[in-house]
Amino acid sequence: MTATFLYWAIFIAQTFFALGMVCAMVRLLRGPRAQDRVLALDTLYVNAMLLTLAFGMREGSALYFEIALAIALLGFVATAALAKFLLRGEVIE
Amino acid sequence: MSGIPGWAAVLAGLFLLLGATLTLIGSVGLLRLRSFYDRVHPPTMGTTLGTGSVLIASMILFSALEERLVLREILIGIAMTVTTPVTFMLLMQAARHRERAEEGKQACSSD
Repeated sequence: MTATFLYWAIFIAQTFFALGMVCAMVRLLRGPRAQDRVLALDTLYVNAMLLTLAFGMREGSALYFEIALAIALLGFVATAALAKFLLRGEVIE
Repeated sequence: MSGIPGWAAVLAGLFLLLGATLTLIGSVGLLRLRSFYDRVHPPTMGTTLGTGSVLIASMILFSALEERLVLREILIGIAMTVTTPVTFMLLMQAARHRERAEEGKQACSSD
């Protein structure tokens, strides 16, 4: 009974994360300015990391945790680099 | 997944649902709000409370599954709490910088 509840909770959570990724993807494609796109990319990778964690909970395997950690750290580097590019890159005329 | 006690399964499921709902609300907010300065706020719901809830759910589940205290998810928590403010502050600086540069350009062209 409780295992069934956990199964469906993980399923619903995965659906929510996927929907969040779709929202971020739409904003990434539509976003009027470059900073909106960078923000959407940030949201996209956070959702992807949580989705990976939910997969790990479903499989009961510790491997997914390490993938999530790598996504979290690399996502920070990507967003920081893009923000730095926006700060410096377009000033040059 | 069948060998875990009931309370751990229920608690982990509830925390997971809470985190997923908060993250989805944040992502929908990112899609729906109007200006960039409004849109900076909602994703932080997913990065703070959403991530925190999912990490707690994962900790409870793996602690029950491996029958020992599993706290490795705190690493992700630390990484997210330290990095998110830095990236968002950099992004806000970039946005303000770009807007000021554009205003300067418009003022120059209207003169």
